[in-house]
Amino acid sequence: MKDLTITIDHATHKVKKGLTVLEAAQSVGIHIPSLCYMKLHDIDIENKPGGCRICVVEVKGRKNLVPSCCTEVEEGMEIQTHSMRVINARRTVMELILSNHPAECLTCAKAGDCELQVTADRLGIRELHYEGEKTQVRRGNSPAISRDPNKCILCRRCEMMCNDVQTVGCLGAVNRGFHSVVAPAFGKDLIDSVCTFCGQCVAVCPTGALTEIDESAKVVRALNDPSKTVIVQTAPAVRAALGEEFGNEPGTLVTGKMVAALKRLGFHYVFDTDFAADLTIMEEGTELLRRLKGYLAGDKSVKLPILTSCCPAWVNFFEHQFPDMLDIPSTARSPQQMFGAIAKTYFADLLKIDRKNLVVVSIMPCLAKKYERARPEFQQNGNPDVDVVLSTRELARLIKLCNIDLNSLPNEEFDQPLGESTGAGVLFGTTGGVIEAAVRTAYEVHTGKELPKLDFEELRGMDGLREATIDFDGLALKIGIAHGLGNARRLLEDIRSGKSQFHAIEIMSCPGGCIGGGGQPYHHGHVEILKKRQQAIYSEDSSKTVRKSHENPYIQALYNNFLGSPMSNLAHLLLHTHYFDKKY
Amino acid sequence: MTALSENTRHFLIEVCKKYHNDEHELINVLHEAQDALGYLPVEVQHLIAGELNIPDARVYGVVTFYSFFTMVPKGKFDISICMGTACYVKGNELILDEFKRRLNIKVGGTTPDGVFTLTTLRCVGACSLAPVVSIGNKVFGNVTPLQVKKIIDEYMEKAEELH
Repeated sequence: MKDLTITIDHATHKVKKGLTVLEAAQSVGIHIPSLCYMKLHDIDIENKPGGCRICVVEVKGRKNLVPSCCTEVEEGMEIQTHSMRVINARRTVMELILSNHPAECLTCAKAGDCELQVTADRLGIRELHYEGEKTQVRRGNSPAISRDPNKCILCRRCEMMCNDVQTVGCLGAVNRGFHSVVAPAFGKDLIDSVCTFCGQCVAVCPTGALTEIDESAKVVRALNDPSKTVIVQTAPAVRAALGEEFGNEPGTLVTGKMVAALKRLGFHYVFDTDFAADLTIMEEGTELLRRLKGYLAGDKSVKLPILTSCCPAWVNFFEHQFPDMLDIPSTARSPQQMFGAIAKTYFADLLKIDRKNLVVVSIMPCLAKKYERARPEFQQNGNPDVDVVLSTRELARLIKLCNIDLNSLPNEEFDQPLGESTGAGVLFGTTGGVIEAAVRTAYEVHTGKELPKLDFEELRGMDGLREATIDFDGLALKIGIAHGLGNARRLLEDIRSGKSQFHAIEIMSCPGGCIGGGGQPYHHGHVEILKKRQQAIYSEDSSKTVRKSHENPYIQALYNNFLGSPMSNLAHLLLHTHYFDKKY
Repeated sequence: MTALSENTRHFLIEVCKKYHNDEHELINVLHEAQDALGYLPVEVQHLIAGELNIPDARVYGVVTFYSFFTMVPKGKFDISICMGTACYVKGNELILDEFKRRLNIKVGGTTPDGVFTLTTLRCVGACSLAPVVSIGNKVFGNVTPLQVKKIIDEYMEKAEELH
């Protein structure tokens, strides 16, 4: 694109045409503060309602200050980003925002990670000159997400995520003027709405208005109860992001240190959700091949494509929005729930303890997992297969609470028999990973041949919708991948209208997959962080000696000693599920 | 949610159809629905959202944004007190207080007999007549607190005639 010559703060710069003033300034190293604005480059996520007016700048020849986030650069533009007028305006705007914000920073769940707090500090606000009525709206809780509209600054990022990116349509602006609030329709709580608990609203909220429900106290209580055996499973994406909470560069893998920290916290056994991911591949891969064989043999009762079912927000999404298609997703439970079911049967039997005295804790990058674990079908006589779910952020806080310095810990190993995993298992943490893991196993089972190359570059990347054709020894397997529920919706609508040509589709609700989950350390709009986490997942995979789920010796032992074979009766009972029509 | 009657459902579906189930016609659809039903309860909004293929939250957002729309049934007569600048400085707040006192309802409320709803609005374009009270299409100008009882009585009679 053509370059333009502009001056910013009295210096001349050449910048690309089509940029906003804010982006142009960024490209020459000038960071204009902003609040409502957010852009995740490369994955088409952008919020610029021009509402907060923190990013205003002075442009020569224009009477009023302009919002730099939604003003395009023009040839010869003379911009001042820190004139007296600009600084005064910004400070006034910030003071007015703060005049309707509860001063609860000391006890706020977002303390230290709050963009409002950081920006107010950067603007040097030390005194508030405006005092007036404050918003008094009822707080809303749910199994996963806490809403405190009184802390909302109406940046509308959550609304953009919920409506434009995820197309869930749960959150919207209600009322007007001072009484405006972002909320579900009809004053309902999230649990009674179409919310999927994907947590992307939480992931982008600049303040403490949307946060996770913190359940770490439950874990502390269990760890201090001598009658309980407490075990923990860690999801693949956690190890690729936890380090950020301890000052490590994004993309730093902390698998061994995370295991060490969990042992220091007092967990009796530290296991890995990656193990259950391998188990998922055995079940889902077998289901894929069965459906494929039936379909190719002309059995009209068999439907394709098969859709992955590991992502609980995705399950909520199709239960609410596509209840006519409940028979298309795989019936395989998610790795978290497979782990819980195996832990409370197979492992509890090994320890010879009652399942009630075995507490299963999950560490997840996800908030929907909190909802998933509470689903009634994943309980036995009121005892859930998974007792508590902590997000990556909650784990980081728990580690800090217990005086553990993650960075100085040695690398330690997961315990057995539920801690061994393959490279395929860890891939579940990123978009494209589940289907790559499934292909590795399904190919070898279907063809009886060994894969010449394990890395399927064609399935990797960050594009919201991807497709690839994999040669299964003469059979061209067509694969679709979507991350972000809006992209998923497009694939589902194609299936509904009969346009879809895919045999198998992987869907993850969050941009980037679980690495971008609603429970991960906040990315604050930096998409590079997600890309680095993705690279970390791939490097963990390639560092493993065993990289195919069906070659995991502990998975083989689980089938030999307990389950029998994939999709056996017992496997069906423990590892598969069914879906519900939740349209109202 | 309580179910809508078959007639109401049919009516709403037809209204949406008339506007080609186009989401951009939401406000027109809501206007027609409220004109016919008197108000826009949750069930009506939910049905319209489904017909226009938009989230409930969008419909609810529009209904709560515009003061014209209401989610509670309105009375037979909507007494609108103008709070525009001219009417305000000419003392329409006193008139409003008098209506509130005599009807024993708040702004936005409806009398238990369902006859009157009391609302405020901003400027009806009759500033020379300030302070102004409008009921339906009728505009009362230069209203004094003493006239309030007369206006109420007049409309009570009309309500009885309608019965």
